[in-house]
Amino acid sequence: MFNLDFGFLTWDMFSKFVLNGFIFSLELTAIATLGGIALGTVLALMRLSNKPFLTVPATIYVNGLRSIPLVMVILWFFLLIPFVIGRPIGAEISAIITFVAFEAAYFSEIMRAGIQSISRGQIFAGQAMGFTYAQNMRLVVLPQAFRNMLPVLLTQTIILFQDTSLVYAIGAYDLLKGFVTGGKIYGRVEEVYILAALVYFVICMSLSYATRRLQAKIAIIR
Amino acid sequence: MDFKILLGDDGGGRTYLEWLMQAWGWTLAVAVSAWLVAMLVGTLVGTLRTLPEQAGKTPLVAKLANAWVELFRNIPVLVQVFLWYFVVPKMFPAFKSIPSFILIALALGFFTSARIAEQVRAGIQSLPKGQRYAAMAVGFTTFETYRFVILPMAFRIILPPLTSESMNLLKNSSVAFAVSIAELTMYAMQVGEETSKPVEIYLVVTLLYALSAFAVNRAMAYVERRIQVPGFVAAGNVGGGH
Repeated sequence: MFNLDFGFLTWDMFSKFVLNGFIFSLELTAIATLGGIALGTVLALMRLSNKPFLTVPATIYVNGLRSIPLVMVILWFFLLIPFVIGRPIGAEISAIITFVAFEAAYFSEIMRAGIQSISRGQIFAGQAMGFTYAQNMRLVVLPQAFRNMLPVLLTQTIILFQDTSLVYAIGAYDLLKGFVTGGKIYGRVEEVYILAALVYFVICMSLSYATRRLQAKIAIIR
Repeated sequence: MDFKILLGDDGGGRTYLEWLMQAWGWTLAVAVSAWLVAMLVGTLVGTLRTLPEQAGKTPLVAKLANAWVELFRNIPVLVQVFLWYFVVPKMFPAFKSIPSFILIALALGFFTSARIAEQVRAGIQSLPKGQRYAAMAVGFTTFETYRFVILPMAFRIILPPLTSESMNLLKNSSVAFAVSIAELTMYAMQVGEETSKPVEIYLVVTLLYALSAFAVNRAMAYVERRIQVPGFVAAGNVGGGH
């Protein structure tokens, strides 16, 4: 049918070529999500402070990264990191650093909205209890902000997972590259793109279904 | 920093600056044609998803429209570009004669159409039910209801998210490098290597991207001001995306 042949698809092919890339894509997604949320929360707190030496750099960082294509950011980091640390660096490590730094800009916008969604009464109540700024953030504001923003954070993670395929630009060995390499070796260069699309689709689809379920659950509690 | 490199000859009788401008032109051409596809398809699909139930059942076209959104939203844009460029012409030989520029515009356009359809649906559903009932009460058909009442209001509400989707589309056009469209990212990779001045080349390319994104932003803000309906406040949108 349609001049396609999927006969080459065996466990052998998958484990030899695709599996390593698949694991790297998952690692990259996990590290970039956790690192991005952590760094993004710091950036959000900086932007929401009333000290210009904190708000200005954070605003430039976030808006700057958000106005450049991710592919260009990946290329920039791959070019500049070796300069900064003084020795060559693998495409995979470079990709991880890039994604943490890049996604932080997007996660910070989500966290900023989350923090701003907390009513001022909560902050005043914390202050009335004698909490310091750090205690107030850690014990009162951020836990609620995280819960309110959980569906949006998860949606961003799904987008992040899709975007990991862009490390193609610097030749890092991810899920897509694994399929492409396998396809070249077995002489099935077109078919592997369909398989790659299918794998991405199944994962993203199930994640977004889970996110919608979660959203419905949280909506009742609030 | 040595930007004089841009005035140098690329070996084919044009300067790197001329080549840069052509690359910028390709980026804008890909983005604009994909934007037209995305707006057209996105509006249609998003509207179909909100069609009222008939005899307690969701209409088939609404289900198909939902499937469209899920399909194009859950596959990475780079993979979709590869599918259109490599797989579609192999499966359907009729596509072999279509220029790759059009295939990429379709790939980016359909990918973005799913996101625009999602915004259109959200915008329509955020309207009070009374608007639809009022249109029915004056005897409008379903088509007239959407054409004269619902869509004009919904579009004004979703202009801010449409702005960010349009900027996302411009940025996403950079994936066209992967299938050898001579646009800005391709230029950055190729000329950066050729001239051994990647920092300068990346810098001008990054600047052109930022400039283009800013222009889209201002253009949409202008549209937003022009079509504002007094007394209605447009809804904001929460971060995320790209």
